[in-house]
This record gives sequence, structure tokens and C-alpha cells, in this order.
Amino acid sequence: MSQHFVSVEGLSREFPHASGHTTVFEDVNLNIERGEFVCIIGHSGCGKSTILNVLAGLDEPTSGVVIMDGKEVRGPSLDRGVVFQNYSLLPWLTTLQNVAFGVRARHADWSREQVNAHSERFLSMVGLSHALHKKPAELSGGMRQRVSIARAFATEPKLLLLDEPFGALDALTRGVIQDELMQICQHTGQTVFMITHDVDEAILLSDRILLMSDGPNAQIAESVRISLPRPRNRADIVNHPGYYAIRNHLIRFLVARSHERPNHRQPLDIDPALDASSSQANNATSSQVNSQHTTHNTTSRGNISC
Amino acid sequence: MTLSLNTRAFIVSVVLLVTLLGIWEAMNPVAPSSGELSEFELLMGAADQQARVPPPSVVLSHAWQELSNPFYDAGPNDKGIGIQLGWSLYRVLTGYLAAMLVAIPLGFVIGMSPLMYRALNPFIQVLRPISPLAWMPLALFIIRDSEQSAIFVIFICSVWPMLLNTAFGVSGVRRDWVNVARTHELGPLRTAWQVILPAAAPTILTGMRISIGIAWLVIVAAEMLVGGTGIGYYVWNEWNNLDLASVIFSILMIGVVGMLLDAGLGAIARFVQYRE
Ligand SMILES: Nc1ncnc2c1ncn2[C@@H]1O[C@H](COP(=O)(O)OP(=O)(O)OP(=O)(O)O)[C@@H](O)[C@H]1O
Ligand SMILES: [Mg+2]
Repeated sequence: MSQHFVSVEGLSREFPHASGHTTVFEDVNLNIERGEFVCIIGHSGCGKSTILNVLAGLDEPTSGVVIMDGKEVRGPSLDRGVVFQNYSLLPWLTTLQNVAFGVRARHADWSREQVNAHSERFLSMVGLSHALHKKPAELSGGMRQRVSIARAFATEPKLLLLDEPFGALDALTRGVIQDELMQICQHTGQTVFMITHDVDEAILLSDRILLMSDGPNAQIAESVRISLPRPRNRADIVNHPGYYAIRNHLIRFLVARSHERPNHRQPLDIDPALDASSSQANNATSSQVNSQHTTHNTTSRGNISC
Repeated sequence: MTLSLNTRAFIVSVVLLVTLLGIWEAMNPVAPSSGELSEFELLMGAADQQARVPPPSVVLSHAWQELSNPFYDAGPNDKGIGIQLGWSLYRVLTGYLAAMLVAIPLGFVIGMSPLMYRALNPFIQVLRPISPLAWMPLALFIIRDSEQSAIFVIFICSVWPMLLNTAFGVSGVRRDWVNVARTHELGPLRTAWQVILPAAAPTILTGMRISIGIAWLVIVAAEMLVGGTGIGYYVWNEWNNLDLASVIFSILMIGVVGMLLDAGLGAIARFVQYRE
């Protein structure tokens, strides 16, 4: 177990309320390898943010452990950078100061020049060199999210945690920032754990997608490998023969199977792209049933969200 | 008319001022003086059968006289307006600064700790509605110094708005910002200094503005009680001298200084204000 970069074992979280308590998720097991980009998808309220907060060390699990790099996670750390859904920039600081805030926390011994130079380098990666001295209130949602991403990358965490980072952005901006994120990850080999509601976004970015069953008592049902070649490109990726096999598998899970309780502790390892090419023959009947879904889904393409 | 709103408002203000002063002046014709009065007649009050409110022209010329030499000192009962205001400002600022040093850190503690909030709330609720002047006898007895008692009264009246606003501002700091501090491994002191203080600063400043206003209201009354120096004492002393022109002039000065104090804090408040 411990050879994985991050391993989460037997995680559960209960929230007390007036009459007893609800178990949001239980017996969650997952692993993340170094340099891997893992997305988690599940219906709203199944506990994705809670898992992310536990990974970040901001929340404590009721039971179970998170081990990162051989050490148990207890409390927040600079080794785990978080990009929150609502950006969480400090509104009284400028773009540069917000990033420098993170850099100074990481490198207390650096001079002001070093801190600023380092911060500016990461801001230029997200194309914000022209807005260094603007306050968050003067930035668009997309620009704020870029600052937030730059701040997270600038602290050079071992694990980057993203909670629906593009949820509030329009489709165009979202696409641009996704590309930027993909490029930076490619250069830096950053390990990322990201929550999203957008199936296409998950396929584009991930090496693996974790599918979460519905709460309460949610679990991670499947770990879907995205074996599409990199570098990926949003225009070409849809032409890859495995793409729709993956996409349909994800959507079928979300639509039809997410309420089923998985009867296995570890998430099932699945590679729909591989299955699609190898088992076409002996799955004739089921793929016919599925082909209706396929055509339906293909015509209504776009951002399918759950 | 293409004048800006500000210009038009200014014109209306001036018109109102001139009209009101005109009415006031017209209602108080200066008594035609029938030659020099003997000292005896003056003492008997024949100078003015009926004490009148002096007209603005008299007040203005008195103001000119006072303001052209604000710092003269001719004995305990005759000091320039600058000296009197200086004393009042000294007391207000000393008491106010002491209140700040207590209220802001304590407000942080109350705002950050629900336990301390609950534990201290009953005391605050009982102490807050007490008129600051009610503390005066006790302060005089314990401190045995009228100067410091006045400062104490200012302290006690400025402390509550700052304390409550700081606690409110600190407890209302967005959870996300605190989480940003936590994920960056900021210790409690640096979190307080770099995240909570700037986040709560606008609310704290609101409390400080309320406090300085109250302190300036209270100092006048406190100085009337303790006497000696200060603008409050000056007003009361001039009333005893039946010098109404001085009384009206000092009332105006109290207003002007109060306005300047508020404007100063207003400028700081704008400086720490942020938009989300
Ligand atoms: N502090 C809390 N106290 C009580 N219940 C909570 C708390 N935080 C979360 N929950 C509950 O836990 C469940 C999971 O919440 P969580 O925010 O993790 O969901 P999510 O999967 O991130 O949903 P979404 O996709 O809508 O963001 C929800 O039912 C929520 O009501
Ligand atoms: Mg969430």
C-alpha cells in the first residue's frame, strides 16, 4: 500500500445533526501516484469536497487515514496546495501580492525581490503579467481563478487539490484555463487531485477518473483509466477511438449506476477505451443496447454536467 | 444648469447659511448703547436688561479675535481656545488610545473564541449601557486625580464600540480566508496579522469611528465636572461669566474638531476598505 504517493485507506466521515448523524461517505479507498492527474466525479452532495478537505488536512475524518509520501496527513500543510471553488483570494491584496503571500509562506528566508520574481514567473504562466497590480475585485472570474492557480503552483506543493476550479466560468474561459493547466502540469509533473462536474473536462485532463456512488454512505465505485495519448488537445481528442467509450461509460455510471452500492472495497479498475477495442465481438448484445445511449449522447454533445 | 451636484449642493449650503445667519442677526439688533455706563451700572446689570443671545456678527468678531491668538495663557481662568482644545484632545486621545490597546486585542480573542465570547458577553452587556459619567465618582475616589479620572471616563466610553465591532468583524471573517492561512501554514499570530486583521479592518474602523465620536461627546461633560482646563470647562466657565459669544464660539469649535476627528478616521477607513 505504502508504495503509492498518496494512499487513502478506510476513510469515513460522519456529520452529527439533531437526530443522530449522517455518514457522508464510508470506507473510501483510493491511491494517487506521483505525477498523476486524478479527477473525481459524483453527484452533488456525495461528499467530494469533504474528501478533498480531508486530503488537504482542513477537515478530520471520522475514521481512516490519509498517507502522503510516507507520512500521515494531520492538518494542513504547504505540501498540499488547495484551489478552492470560489478562488479564495485575499481581496485586499493585489494579484502579485496574493501570489507573493503564498511564496513568502513557503520561502520565509527569501528577499522581497526573490519573492516577487518567483511570483511573477508563475503569473506569466497563466497569462496575467498585465494585471499584477489589480485587486481581485477588478478581475473577471477567469482571471481570479488564474491567480488562485498561480498561487497554488507558486508554492510548489507535492499535491495540488482543486475543488471544481472551473465551475463558475463560461465554456470559453474554461477551455483556455484547462489548456493552461494541462501545459503547466506537463512541464512540472505536478500531482493533481481535482473535483469536477464536467465529464469532458475530466477526460481531457485526467490520467484516471474516480467515480463516486451517491451519498449518504457514498463510496468510490470505480477507477476509470484514461489511456488517451498525451499531449492532448480538445479538438482532436474526440476523434480518438477510445473517447466515446470512456465518455459513455462515465455517463452511464452517473445516470444509471451511481446509486448502486459497490460490493467491493477497492474501486474497480476499468479501462473503457481498451475494453471497447478488444471486446467488441463478445459484447454484441450489450453494445447494441448501449448504442442507443451512444447516439443520443453524441448528438447532445457539449458540457454534460451532473 | 450643467453644474455638478457637488457645486449645486455647495451653493445651497451657502444660501442656507447666509439666510439663517441673517435671520439670527435680524432678531438680535445690537442694543443702541446710550453712552458709557458707569461701573456701578454695569455691576447692577444695566448693560443689558435682559441677557440676549449675541448676534452672529458679535460671535464672528469674537471668533476672529480668539482664533488670531489661540494659544495665549493669562492665568488659570483665561487661556486661549487652542490651549483648551489641546487639553481636551490630549485627554480624548490618551483615553482613546488606551481603549484601543485593550479593545482590539480583547476583541480578537472574543471574536476568535466562542468560549471567550460566551464567558465575557454577560459582563459586556451589563457594563456597556452604563453612562460613562456614572463612573466619574468612583474614578475620582480610586484614582484621586481629576485629570486621570477624565481620561478614564474617555477610556470606558470608547472601549465598548471598538470591542464589539472588533469581535464582530473578527468572528465574521470568511472561513475560506482562514483556510487560505491554514493551508499556507501560517501560525496564529501571522494569521491574525496578515489575514484576520485586514479582513476585519473595515468593521474595526467603524467601531473606532463610533468611539471617537462618543469620546468627543463625553469629554465636554467630563470636563464640566472635573474643571480646570479643557473645552468643556471653558464652555462652563464662559457661561458662568455670562459671555455668551464665547459659549457659542466654543460650541462651534467643538463641532469643528469633532468633525475633523471623524474625517481623519474616515480617511483611514477608506484606506483599509476593500471590495470583494
Ligand atoms: N460542516 C458540515 N456539517 C454537516 N453536514 C455537512 C457539512 N459539510 C458537508 N456536509 C454534508 O456532507 C455532504 C457532502 O458534502 P460535500 O460538500 O462534500 O458534497 P460535494 O460532493 O462536494 O457536493 P457538490 O458537488 O455539490 O459540491 C452533504 O450532504 C452536506 O450536507
Ligand atoms: Mg463540493
